[in-house]
Amino acid sequence: MYAVTTSPTPPTTSAVRTEGLVKAFGGRRAVDGIDLEVFPGEIFGVLGPNGAGKTTVLRMLATLLAIDEGRAEIFGVDVRERPHVVRQLIGLTGQYASVDENLTATENLVLFGRLQGLRRADARGTAARLLDRFGLGDAASRPISQFSGGMRRRLDLAASLITRPPLIFLDEPTTGLDPRTRGQMWDTIRELVDDGATVLLTTQYLDEADQLADRIAVIDAGRKVAEGTPDELKSSVGDSSLHLLLADPTQLAAAAETVRRQLGGEPVLTPERGRITVPLERADRAADVLTALRTAGISLSSMSVQKPSLDEVFLALTGHDTHSETQETAA
Amino acid sequence: MTTLLTDPATTGAHRADTTHPSVSPADAVRQTMTMAWRATLKMRRNGEQFFDVTIQPILFTAMFAFIFGGAIAGDVGSYLPLMIPGILAQTTLTACMATGVQLREDMDKGVFDRFKSLPIARIAPLAGPMVADLLRYGIAATLTFLMGLLMGYRPGGGVLGVIAGAVLAMIAGWSLAWVFAWVGTIGRSAQGVQGISMMIMFPLTFLSNAFVPVETLPGWLAAFVQVNPVSHVVSAIRDLANTGTLTAEVGWALAACAIVVAIFAPLSVAAFRRRM
Repeated sequence: MYAVTTSPTPPTTSAVRTEGLVKAFGGRRAVDGIDLEVFPGEIFGVLGPNGAGKTTVLRMLATLLAIDEGRAEIFGVDVRERPHVVRQLIGLTGQYASVDENLTATENLVLFGRLQGLRRADARGTAARLLDRFGLGDAASRPISQFSGGMRRRLDLAASLITRPPLIFLDEPTTGLDPRTRGQMWDTIRELVDDGATVLLTTQYLDEADQLADRIAVIDAGRKVAEGTPDELKSSVGDSSLHLLLADPTQLAAAAETVRRQLGGEPVLTPERGRITVPLERADRAADVLTALRTAGISLSSMSVQKPSLDEVFLALTGHDTHSETQETAA
Repeated sequence: MTTLLTDPATTGAHRADTTHPSVSPADAVRQTMTMAWRATLKMRRNGEQFFDVTIQPILFTAMFAFIFGGAIAGDVGSYLPLMIPGILAQTTLTACMATGVQLREDMDKGVFDRFKSLPIARIAPLAGPMVADLLRYGIAATLTFLMGLLMGYRPGGGVLGVIAGAVLAMIAGWSLAWVFAWVGTIGRSAQGVQGISMMIMFPLTFLSNAFVPVETLPGWLAAFVQVNPVSHVVSAIRDLANTGTLTAEVGWALAACAIVVAIFAPLSVAAFRRRM
């Protein structure tokens, strides 16, 4: 119809590029100079606690909030100057389901399809296909008010995919979901990328970023404090650790000696509880320790290998934990 | 602008080359009608959205006729031709007020984030519900005239005159609704919008010729009443329904409506853009 033909964009164009992005609410700089670069075809995670400014960044990129300072480009298109074009390149799945509560699942998808120029029959066909794909076929004509949290998120995501946008924003896609639904959501997000989309997601969970993201930016108090692959981030924080609880606390000295021999590191002992904690380079080294302990006739009442939590990552990166943050105020 | 068949694997930067720089007027109209369809679905599911346009015309027609009829026109029968168009204007205006309040409620919901992030005309989410509200004004007009007929109102303009009057009431409702849509977009809460809208609606209806002849008013009040667009709408409906004539008042009423839309539609869209 009225497609604009410009000179071909070089294939190196980033999906998202921001420079010195700033958003202030009142006097508080919720986003305080953030540079990001997301490459086409990757899952990029923005990790941070509540109130860090993750949602605000996403809302600016999705043209929902005005950019106060700095600049942002989506596939080379300036967000501030050409918001209408940017809107044709993105799909947004909000933290709170951005679907219409008063409508059925089908009506919602038909509504968004029609708004984006699909003919009635096409809109219905697309709606039916998406509902089937997201396991909502049986609930197609039920009002959203009867949907569970997981079903809402899936419908919300389906609504973002109607025109198959090349860039998808997911704002905390699994917050509040049960573990099974969470796993399904992760699978769905991976499928999107397999289909060629680029995903920018925010999360408060290190394990989610770890599971999904190719690269992660850690945001704290409106600033980027770290960026890298999940492995780089975790190794910057430190190793995981092995926690052992002895069945018989009197064997503590013998157990500590066995652990020291196996891992080389110096175990931390808690004699009154019969507990040993020791840094672990690789999780599979735990098996060697367990075998050695059994050979030595030392029995355990429990053992666990703990990976660094987001709290530990934060503590290491920012010097404070995640709970000292103020609540997210971005509306 | 369908891009459904585009394979995302070949998109991204390439997709940026097949986008549209702006929304065409034809697309804006289509998107508005889609938003109107959504509004009618919502109406069907929330029956209470019809209370103001069903109960009010019936109740107010009976109440005003018996209370004011004797005092203002001598008897109920001769008050009806004066009052019915007034009630119609008042009911339509109340229905407009609900437009603004509902818009405010709607905008606080998550779904509006999606509307804002879609490549659609900014006016569509505002204008859509207003188009759907034509249905409510139509119901109000029908019920008001029916109630009048039951009470002995015999409009001299005949069927065509009454239909023309009802259509004018609907046009006026749609135009004046932009005032409340603007209040809805700038207001902070639905309650606040309701309060401000009441303060706009009451002077507009009661400081008009809707219920009393202008000649009975003191000069300074008559001066305001005569420039109030609602007065022109009421006079025009009276001319159409009671005499079946297309008078200058109809022209004035339409002009007043056009001016209201010309001022408040851009203000509303601008306020809506700013909120993002």
